[in-house]
Amino acid sequence: MSFAVNLALGLLFGVGLIVSGMSDPAKVLNFLDLFGNWDPSLAFVMGGAVIAAFFGYRLVLKRENPVAAASFQLPASKAIDSRVLIGPAIFGVGWGLGGFCPGPALTAAMLGSAGTYAFLPMMFVGMWLARTLAARRVAAPA
Amino acid sequence: MTEFTSIASTVGGILIGLSAVLLMAWEGRIAGISGIASRLLPPYGDHALQSRLGFVLGLVAAPLIYLLVTGNEVLQTVSSNLPLMAMAGLLVGFGSVYGNGCTSGHGVCGLSRLSVRSLAATLIFMTTAFTTVFIVRHVWGS
Repeated sequence: MSFAVNLALGLLFGVGLIVSGMSDPAKVLNFLDLFGNWDPSLAFVMGGAVIAAFFGYRLVLKRENPVAAASFQLPASKAIDSRVLIGPAIFGVGWGLGGFCPGPALTAAMLGSAGTYAFLPMMFVGMWLARTLAARRVAAPA
Repeated sequence: MTEFTSIASTVGGILIGLSAVLLMAWEGRIAGISGIASRLLPPYGDHALQSRLGFVLGLVAAPLIYLLVTGNEVLQTVSSNLPLMAMAGLLVGFGSVYGNGCTSGHGVCGLSRLSVRSLAATLIFMTTAFTTVFIVRHVWGS
């Protein structure tokens, strides 16, 4: 059941990426190019998503529990530590080089571009490296 | 050049936000794509693997649904510079997981929950992404 619901939600998210234009790296890079032919569209994607989630989360989090789980799992950490400075800085460089963040890259998986097939496996390698490094940091005494 | 698409981008953004809200309502989790995708890799800390697999498959299959519903193929332009795309993938995968979120987890879900940590992360990845595109297009490119 949860598989089917998540499949539907992944489809909705992916169709949102496609309709918004964010699935196209060229459009992303033109948004990130403030000093070229700037395409402001992605600010509207972000705006639409944040406003919808802002009001939607308010409604949902009034409930005691989610439908299919014991409790809401909201990120507990509020600390602005080195990981939240270094990680996003590195992520932004990669996003600026390729025009893909993780969602659009997955949405592109069946569209047949060679660049996508260079990007996706290395994305998972990077994810694995980061998880391994983060786990080691936690395991090691500070 | 890409066309400025204010309405389509807002609508797509709302679909993305809606997906995030429904995931919270269903099983109480944040719709962060880097978190969902990276936990497809071992080690598995909880029992949500089926859910995550469903969500990722939904993202991957989204262009098919889009084609069936609208009759349009998803158009995108991906760089054919394969070493660059591989490097971009590595940085995106590593940075997003090390920093605990990407455009969706920090950008959409975090900002809509008014998380200061996510605001910091979003400002940092936007800054390095803008800077990267500026260097690639206007410093090296010229």
